[in-house]
Amino acid sequence: MARRPALHAGAWWLWALGLAAAASRTTNPLLLLLLLAVAGYVVAVRRTDAPWAFSFAAYVRFGALVLAIRLVFATLLGSPLPSVTVLFTLPEVPLPEWAQGVRIGGPVAAEGLLFALYEGLKLAVLLICVGSANSLANPARLLRSLPGALYEAGVAVVVAMTFAPHLVADVQRLRTARRLRGRNDRGARSVLQVALPVLEGALERSLALAAAMDTRGYGRAAPVPAAVRHTTSVLVLGGLLGVCLGTYGLLADQRDLFGLPVLAVGLAAATAGLALGGRRAVRTRYRPDPWGVREWLVSGSGLAVAGLLIWAGRHQPDALHPQTVPVTAPSLPLLPAAFVLLGLVPAVAAPAPARAPRPHGDPDRGARRATRHPVPGNDSEKGHRP
Amino acid sequence: MIHFNQVSVVYADARTPALDGVDLTVPEGELCLLVGPSGAGKSTLLGAVSGLVPHFTGGTLHGTVTVDGRDTRTHRPRELADLVGTVGQDPLAHFVTDTVEDELAYGMESLGIAPDTMRRRVEETLDLLGLADLRHRPLSTLSGGQQQRVAIGSVLTPHPKVLVLDEPTSALDPAAAEEVLSVLQRLVHDLGTTVLLAEHRLERVVQYADTVVLLPGRGRPPVIGSPAEVMAVSPVHPPVVGLGRAAGWSPLPLSVRDARRRASELRARLVGEPPASRAAEAAEPVAEPVATVTSLGVLRGTVPALDGVTLGLSRGEVVALMGRNGAGKSTLLRTLVGLHKPTSGRVTVGGVVPHRTPATELTRRVGLVPQDPRDLLYATTVRGECANADVDAGAAPGTCRDLVLRLLPGIDDDVHPRDLSEGQRLVLALAVVLTARPPLLLLDEPTRGLDYAAKARLVTVVRELAEQGHTTVLATHDVELAAELADRVVILADGEVVADGPTADVVTSSPAFAPQVAKVLHPQPWLTVHQVERALGAAS
Repeated sequence: MARRPALHAGAWWLWALGLAAAASRTTNPLLLLLLLAVAGYVVAVRRTDAPWAFSFAAYVRFGALVLAIRLVFATLLGSPLPSVTVLFTLPEVPLPEWAQGVRIGGPVAAEGLLFALYEGLKLAVLLICVGSANSLANPARLLRSLPGALYEAGVAVVVAMTFAPHLVADVQRLRTARRLRGRNDRGARSVLQVALPVLEGALERSLALAAAMDTRGYGRAAPVPAAVRHTTSVLVLGGLLGVCLGTYGLLADQRDLFGLPVLAVGLAAATAGLALGGRRAVRTRYRPDPWGVREWLVSGSGLAVAGLLIWAGRHQPDALHPQTVPVTAPSLPLLPAAFVLLGLVPAVAAPAPARAPRPHGDPDRGARRATRHPVPGNDSEKGHRP
Repeated sequence: MIHFNQVSVVYADARTPALDGVDLTVPEGELCLLVGPSGAGKSTLLGAVSGLVPHFTGGTLHGTVTVDGRDTRTHRPRELADLVGTVGQDPLAHFVTDTVEDELAYGMESLGIAPDTMRRRVEETLDLLGLADLRHRPLSTLSGGQQQRVAIGSVLTPHPKVLVLDEPTSALDPAAAEEVLSVLQRLVHDLGTTVLLAEHRLERVVQYADTVVLLPGRGRPPVIGSPAEVMAVSPVHPPVVGLGRAAGWSPLPLSVRDARRRASELRARLVGEPPASRAAEAAEPVAEPVATVTSLGVLRGTVPALDGVTLGLSRGEVVALMGRNGAGKSTLLRTLVGLHKPTSGRVTVGGVVPHRTPATELTRRVGLVPQDPRDLLYATTVRGECANADVDAGAAPGTCRDLVLRLLPGIDDDVHPRDLSEGQRLVLALAVVLTARPPLLLLDEPTRGLDYAAKARLVTVVRELAEQGHTTVLATHDVELAAELADRVVILADGEVVADGPTADVVTSSPAFAPQVAKVLHPQPWLTVHQVERALGAAS
């Protein structure tokens, strides 16, 4: 039950973002699947019993949906690639003169489909990598590590996020209450009829929480001179703009040189702004999560995967982007594959999760609990029920 | 510590002020109890101390409120956070984080207290409130009493000089309430904290108070004095005070212990006067079964909520269902209206199996008023609610309206149900359920938040219904209500029936469930002040 061994939430996020960045650099399906396997394995061995830990499956389904949508669009709208191997031809919808360049239906080529598959897979794996951070790190613990200047915005986000599960629980409670009044109706109509009382209840609860937070000192601020406040705003906004531009330059796949320096300057400005803004906050932290060797190893492994794949993209672009015209079987480039496997470090470096003790130690009940777990909605809802 | 100087509060669209010309001084280290009927301005007075009135609620505050020299007009609630700790009625609405330890630390973090101090105070508070075993537990998995203790702990850690509590024990079973009150007493004695507390259940708190402030409502000035002085004139008082008044004791006893030490003379006067029991007065109840429950088991998730419960309910009975928080009282009531499916055993209500009966059919046989009556109400006016109820029940138009008029004379038809007081809302929900004329009526925790007047009205209503042949089952923590109203008491523990029998036998045999009068006059089988008053009247 000791909380100490939990890994810093920021380390998990850096690791996952590293894998996501790596995924964005390649369309090689074998490398992408390898990344997926790495993320999936680490989640499987290092996630806890907490409600948010079961969101990984939802992200995998979401990724599959993205891939399917990409393929459907490629089939229906065709592809700009030359159609060499036509698989089948859909009836083409005649479009007016001004819609030239847009095609609905028509021949479907293997090249186009394959290209869409690779691109869709890239996006899906990127999403799943981000999702793995969500299932490994407690969102509330991450919030505790935010810089003081961002803390209040962070609390607002977390409170907003708990609003939805509360709302679902309320709708269920009120719908059972309708049965007590002798109404049998189900479906959309009954949900609509309870909508008003549910919203009223949610608003009342939000106001009660806001009052409670206010009386407990949320939003106390130390006085700072106006000049410092203005400098803070300029630094933070300018810095974030720099970060956006720099990230775009870095990920845009053109070998521009401005990406890295702009990103660095942006980060520095934003950090300075946040540090300055932190002077307004009087908050202190209770038992902050330490950042130790394990955190360096976990975050380092993710960042290493990203960095090495960016480097590999420069030196072996063909291996990372297998050609689709003509259709060829992709091959697994050994060196980048080895880089990707570096992402497995957390499976060893991160501490094994502390499982909650089974109630009463009844093995049969334990087994039933375990089978119930794959329903994440159920657990989280129960957790938030007022 | 707390000074009110000619304080009046008027809310934006109210015709009369919520507080009018209040002068009040609470010295440091006192436990001050605030009593009065619903709507007398207790919550407003508490809010004025924490700064929520008027900064958060709006309205106009005249006069000045100062807490330890800080004027609440110029200090927002967050600027009073280091001085005043506030706990509202619902602890869940108070929690910002998700585990016990983080919740205890949250207030200190906001105030910027040094990390090593925080660490020490969290440990101290965990010990003070007996929460050490629960430190890593998610807040949503705690019982009601544990949640209330965490809520109190979370405002204690910044070491406030003043603690403001709004009905801290109203949702708790007797044992959990004792737990919370003993913590408060320890704070007042050991740390010198000033506590301002509003509570309807006087029988639980009045003996701990140093001062009592009575807000009579309707614009009358507050009465302030020692508990015995105020109780002598207060329209709201616990049974032990009622007993003292009936027996003519002066000064009035405030606790069972005070009363017992003087009761030998009263017991002697009462010897040979058998208590008039309600069951004997009423015609012998016809054993006509309304519902039967046979070795019922219900699982909630993987946890057995009820296990082997057997119970028969006959026509015209009033049954009190008691037991600690989480003992399965609500589950039993909900199973009787078909909201839970039995995992084993049988339930029949009026000859049908509840969970397999369509809702329209079932409402003619059994009606449940849930813990929060707001769940049942979704129209925007009382009038609309009544019209809906008539349609739902297939009753003649106006049936529900007549019931409301009879139960709640003088209610405004165009009021929004959420703007009614707790007691009025309960009675409106009761009228809605009664529109379908169910022979079996279930009430889940009906006295939560009710003042004595509303409780007395509820007692009258339920008695009348019983005379008309309705069977009533109430799940309640309120031992005084059970003694006053029930013919029979069923005690549940861990989903099993541990006691089932006539009220007098069951409640007098268990100290936790015995009403104050029974404790005072033990071993004589008296339960309520009414019985004693009547017996004394007959004797003289």
